Amino acid sequence: MRAPALATRGLDKRFGSLVVAKDIELTLPPGERYALIGPNGAGKTTLINLITGMLKPDKGRIFLGENEITALEPDTRVKCGLVRTFQINTLFPHLSALEAVTLAVCEQHGYAGSWWRELPAYDDAVEEAYAILVSLRLAGSCYRPTRELAYGQQRLLEIALALATKPKVLLLDEPAAGVPQGESAELFSVISDLSRDIAVLFIEHDMNVVFRFAHRIIVMVGGRILVEGTPQEIAADHRVRDVYLGGGRHG
Amino acid sequence: MTSSALSEPQRYLEAQIRWRPVEIAFWLATLLPFVLAPNYLVLASQIAITALFALSLDLILGYAGIVSLGHAAYFGFGSYTAGLIAKWGWGEPVTGLLIAAAAAGVLGYVSSFIIARFRHLALIMITLGFGLLLAEAANSASWLTGGADGLQGVRMWKLFDVFAFDLYGTTAYSYSLPVLFLAFLVARRLIGSPFGLALRGIRENAVRMPAIGAPARAHIRKAYTIAAVMAGLAGALLAQTTETVSLETLSFARSADVLVILILGGAGRLYGGLVGAIIYMVARDQFSGINPQYWYFWIGTLLILVVLFLPNGILGGMARLMRFARSRA
Repeated sequence: MRAPALATRGLDKRFGSLVVAKDIELTLPPGERYALIGPNGAGKTTLINLITGMLKPDKGRIFLGENEITALEPDTRVKCGLVRTFQINTLFPHLSALEAVTLAVCEQHGYAGSWWRELPAYDDAVEEAYAILVSLRLAGSCYRPTRELAYGQQRLLEIALALATKPKVLLLDEPAAGVPQGESAELFSVISDLSRDIAVLFIEHDMNVVFRFAHRIIVMVGGRILVEGTPQEIAADHRVRDVYLGGGRHG
Repeated sequence: MTSSALSEPQRYLEAQIRWRPVEIAFWLATLLPFVLAPNYLVLASQIAITALFALSLDLILGYAGIVSLGHAAYFGFGSYTAGLIAKWGWGEPVTGLLIAAAAAGVLGYVSSFIIARFRHLALIMITLGFGLLLAEAANSASWLTGGADGLQGVRMWKLFDVFAFDLYGTTAYSYSLPVLFLAFLVARRLIGSPFGLALRGIRENAVRMPAIGAPARAHIRKAYTIAAVMAGLAGALLAQTTETVSLETLSFARSADVLVILILGGAGRLYGGLVGAIIYMVARDQFSGINPQYWYFWIGTLLILVVLFLPNGILGGMARLMRFARSRA
């Protein structure tokens, strides 16, 4: 059996007396699409912060493929192939979309430290960035500053920046947050079309989207993993119905 | 590479770094003082030195968003290094200049390890504290620096063995201007490079940078070191062209002045520091002739007006005006 693309073993994190992650055991096989769901405050974004190194866990270990990455800095984890996007747009407002993606590609190629040749000379990086923008249907507005892009385009740029780092594991924190319901299916079709070399874990609240695009679903409640299973198993699970699906939708 | 061989995205990026006619006109105009104002070459040299200092601050503040209220530390360190080398018997200007710049660069590199860990208010306090600390150290080490009396006995040899530093500033300006121009070319290259793009990325969103795999702290250390070298160059130029070094080169006032100059001209625009230096220095020369004790009143007024009405500085305002005029045409 191949090693999982991403695995956590016994991750714990608390802020004072508030437990935000307790004994998190997660295994994401290569190329799979997993959804992470749970009511607000369940610790979903915290888990992404722990995995990507933006928060340090109190206990536990994190593995990317066969390598342990628990002690690595966030930017080093990205270089190893573990990349995230943000629920709230975390972009470069005054850079054009092309510049932003080119920057990420340059970092990936190791060009970003060089200051003696001008940017257009790195044609491979520029072409690669442009190709990513084309594949996400952003080519038409890639010369405009990010802050002038439509909101939906900014959500796509979030993903474009992550793809530019050539990820093996992609963690998407509510990629369709704030996008009108009709358009979120379109955004997820982009995600499901991603190369099968990339394992994806996404947080999403829209159950239609989750059941349509996820191979398996992980349910978190109060900092713990309540249950994990196929969409059919989750839909039939009475505990999930009780805490999450039953009492109306929680945001 | 011809422009027809470039793809559309490359052409877009190339257009951003292309030399514009107004830039060439600007640099030609820097030669005008030799012809039009030969009595003001000392002032012109001071402007070139201040412009170089402001350009150095622009690299870290304007491009990478690293605020500093202690940038005079590197200016003064370069100044004292150049002054001391000449005082101790090596008065050759160009090698002295390079040694002083390297010394400031070493100081910048060492301090960058602390600088890169902080942002915003903490950074302002740390740079301020570091600047004050160095100024006081220079004050108390009067056996070395001459203390409040300034460094005396700086004797420069002739530039290239031909041109003596005179009272009229002809040699001074002929020396400072090319140094400024060369440093500007380096800065311009840097800004147009992938590294320059990474610096703008840090300014635009420091949180996102690690999430795209960018070693933001390493970038900041590098930019800070390069900026310190440039500030050291400017300080050394001042020491060599005036043949004295005073504590003022390390002072808080100099750190604050260069910040004002950059904000006036427009931070993050390469020419912002240069235009700011010209306006500030000429205004100081003129106003202080009228009533010296009130000249900061006018600078204060100008600063408030610029920040209120031209948030991107004078150059930013001019760019907006140009866009407006073009859209009406």
